[in-house]
Formats: sequence, C-alpha cells, structure tokens
Amino acid sequence: MNGWQTLLYKEVLRFWKVAFQTIAGPVLTAMLYLLIFGHALEDHVKVYDQVSYTAFLVPGLAMMSLLQNSFANSSSSLIMSKVMGNLVFIMLTPLSYWHWFVAYVGAAVVRGLVVGAGVFVISALFTHVSFAQPLFIVAFAVMGAALMGTLGLIAGLWAEKFDQLAAFQNFVVMPMTFLSGVFYSIHSLPAFWQGVSHFNPFFYMIDGFRYGFFGVSDVSPWLSLSVVGAALLLVAGIALQLLRSGYKIRS
Amino acid sequence: MLAISFQSISKAYSSPKGPPGTTFLAVDNVSLGIEEGEFFGLLGPNGAGKTTMISMLAGLTRPTSGSASVLGHDVQKDFAAARRRLGVVPQELVFDPFFNVREALRIQSGYFGVKNNDAWIDELLESLGLTDKADANMRQLSGGMKRRVLVAQALVHKPPVIVLDEPTAGVDVELRQTLWQFIAKLNKQGHTVLLTTHYLEEAEALCGRIAMLKSGRIVALDHTSTLLKAASSNVLRFKVDGDLPPALAAQARVTGRIVQFPAHDALEIEHFLAAVRESGLVAQDVEIRKADLEDVFLDVMQKHSGQAATEGVTV
Repeated sequence: MNGWQTLLYKEVLRFWKVAFQTIAGPVLTAMLYLLIFGHALEDHVKVYDQVSYTAFLVPGLAMMSLLQNSFANSSSSLIMSKVMGNLVFIMLTPLSYWHWFVAYVGAAVVRGLVVGAGVFVISALFTHVSFAQPLFIVAFAVMGAALMGTLGLIAGLWAEKFDQLAAFQNFVVMPMTFLSGVFYSIHSLPAFWQGVSHFNPFFYMIDGFRYGFFGVSDVSPWLSLSVVGAALLLVAGIALQLLRSGYKIRS
Repeated sequence: MLAISFQSISKAYSSPKGPPGTTFLAVDNVSLGIEEGEFFGLLGPNGAGKTTMISMLAGLTRPTSGSASVLGHDVQKDFAAARRRLGVVPQELVFDPFFNVREALRIQSGYFGVKNNDAWIDELLESLGLTDKADANMRQLSGGMKRRVLVAQALVHKPPVIVLDEPTAGVDVELRQTLWQFIAKLNKQGHTVLLTTHYLEEAEALCGRIAMLKSGRIVALDHTSTLLKAASSNVLRFKVDGDLPPALAAQARVTGRIVQFPAHDALEIEHFLAAVRESGLVAQDVEIRKADLEDVFLDVMQKHSGQAATEGVTV
C-alpha cells in the first residue's frame, strides 16, 4: 500500500473496529423506523400506485442512513484526531491535500455504503423491493456518500469542539435529511413546501436513489443526478481548498 | 550539505494582549545551520520559540517569513521530500486509541510508502524495550511507554534527520537512559539529531553544539565545550541561614538556602566569602565546583533578560 491507501485503510479500520457502534447501531435504528412507520402507516398512505408504503420507505431509509453515516465518519474521525492531538501523525507525513481528501472521503463512502447495504438487506426480509434501474442506485449511493463524506470533512476541519459538530449534525444534517422526502413524496406537501424542498439537495439524492428501485420519481432522475453532481463538485472544491490552505490545522 | 537549515525565519502570532492587530513574534528572524551528523541542542526557557522552530521545520506551522529546509529540501515548496527525511518526536504525549503498538507503527510506515517494514519495526520495538507491548492497545500503556512509541513512530521510515522536542519531560530515569543510548547510537550511525530539552545535563552530555533561544532569538550559539570554557570556570557553592544583602544576591544564584556564585579565581572567592561574613552570615558546606551548562545557560539568560521585556512585541 502507498501513502494515501494506508490512510484510507486506517480510516476504514477505525470504524470497522467499533462496527457495533458505527454499523450495527445505525442499521438497527433504520429497522425501528421501518417497523414502526411501516406498521402504523401501511394502510393509510399510498405514494405510488404499484408500491406499498413499507417498500416505498426502504430506499429512503437506506439512503438516509447512508448519508448520515458518511457524514459521521469523516467528521468524527477528524474532530477526534484534532482533540486528541494524534492528527500530528498524519500531518508529519508526505501526504498531499489530495491524498487526505481521497482517504477521508473514501472511508466515508465505504462506511455509508456498508450501512446503506445493511439497512437494505435486512429490510428485504420484510418487504419486496424491485431494482428498476440498478445503475442509478449505484450512482446515487456513491455520489450521496461522497457528498456527505466531503461535507463531514469540512465540518470536521471547522469544528474545534464536539458540541460544534453535534450542532452541525442536529441543525443542518438531520433536518435536511428528514425534510427530503424519506417518509413521504413531496407531491403530498402544500405548494410552498414543495418549492422549498426543491432547494434541498438531499431531496434529489433520495428521489433519484428511489427512482433506481421503482422507476418512478418526483422529478427526473437526470435532474437529480445533475444537482447531486454539481453539489458534490462544489463541496469537493471547498474541501480541497481548505485542506490545501491548512485551514485550522496548519497555523 | 546542511541537514537542517533555517534562513531568516520568523513566526508572528496574533497577540492575546494589547489592541487588535497586535502580533507577537514567537520566532524573530532566526538563521541557523546544522551539519549532517551533528547532535545539536536547542535550549531556552518556556516560550522561547523552540517548539515553534521545530513546528516550522516539520511543516506543522507556516513561517510568517523566511524558510527552512531539510537536507536541501524546502519544507514548504518540496514538503514531501523534506518530510521523508525528517522524523519528529512531538512534545505532547499523543496517541491513537484505536490501534495497538504494532498497528500504529505499520500504519505510520505506510503513510511514508514504506512496505514490508516488519524487520525494522521489530528492531525499534526491541531497542526501545517495547517488544512485550507490541500487541497492547495504546490506551493501556503508561506515559513512559507511550513516549517510547512516539519515538518509534518518528523513526519508522528511517529518517536521516531526527528531531526530538523535549522527549524526556516527565519521563523516569530508566527510560531516559534507554532513550539516550538509542539516540546516541543512531547519531553514531550518521543520523543528525536536533534536541530540545529542559534537562541541561542531558544537553551537556550529548550535544556537540548548542543554540540558546530567548524571546524568539538566538542569544548563544557555539560548541558545547566552547560555551563551557567561555563561562566562569568555577562556581562557589554554600548554604546560609538568612537572606543575603541585595547587592550580593544580585551577583549570585540563590535557590532557597543554597547560594552559587560564579568565580574566575581565588581572589573573587575570597572577596565574596568575606562579604558574606561582613553581612553577619555564616557560609556552611562550602565547595568549589566546575561550571556546567546550567551556569552558562543562566548566565546567558540573565545577560539578555533586560531586553526581553521590550523585545518581541511589534504592532
């Protein structure tokens, strides 16, 4: 392994060693959502004609878990290394800012995909889910995880204390994921909130991902792919610039 | 070629005191060259700028002006080549709680692209007395053991230039011995060593050359032997019950009851003892010893203490 591969490996090993907390926990949480919302709302809510509500929930929950865990991986790894001071071991190495970016975001993608796949596999035991457009599933999963891993990288660099990171997670990431149509179609919202939802990049990630399963969606999957791709490029540009300038790491 | 070179390097931090925009110069226009194979000591009181100098060399901190290089490689423009040649033992006792000792060393090797490094890792573990801790998690190690791992991590990519930032602060005698034997061996094999320490006897025993830093400036730079020669060659040491008159105390170093007075010859010694007697005090346990690095250090620091209050602060 060369330098950046080692950093990627170390970042993956870091969450793998505490997989009970980083993988099993989020999968269980998603299962509880599925059981409770699915059970309570199955007979009352119909989003798409051919799709049961429980089946409708599965891709949204898988994507929500994937996004939250990708964010959590890069952000918590960085803030912990900063607070404990062991980031110095990486700062002393010849790794460039590109290497840092690829390794931290790469590990976040791996964790997001593992948790997302875990949610999906276990949900498949309860309900039947189809795969209308598998390539869209893969594309949105990988890009969504990369986008949130990159956002986590930025938040991890910015935050100096754990509570700042928790604030970012509770006041930005959580509302945006919940208000993105995980539990509903935005067409069921009043016009004003439908309009607002169109400014939420999380909506496009979940809507496009869901299209991969059912072949139906609220907006065109190509529009979603473009929005997610553009958002990814934007945050990656910001993250690379912060890493290059040594923002809050190299004074 | 110089192993380590600082060229007119400065580092300004924004000052917590004073009006906004006030800066504090932690390192003030320092130029210093360290030859390959040297064992070099960087001494100075807390806040003198030692760690800032090392941080700039390691690329952890960026200089405000000037530059630094490792074996001819600029630490900013050519940072990858510079860092490959540099091993740094940080001052803080930091560790990654997710890994055991061997994992930590393997990962650190990997960052530098060093493959199949187990033979060297085993040698490092053996030399630093860590072999039986190889599979222990970092969290379970005592402070001294963590310090040894830090040394091993710094050396894992076989850097020709080694920097140790106060590696023996708060470390027991046994580890200090183990560590110094090991570092001295590496130095004999040709590694350049830059050391900062508070233990002056260590610097005296190990370092061929010494720079003394105060308020971000070099106030003394010479071979250790020359520095020792230049200082007063003898020290008169005794105990008194009571306070010395201020005029005498100003010339001496007083630590509780112990008084130490730098003296060049017998006449000075006689003169000083007479002055003590005249003040009504009795000198007990009188001895005369050779001056050591601590005397040189205190002497140099005292000479520059007048400037310290006004220097280093610019608006």
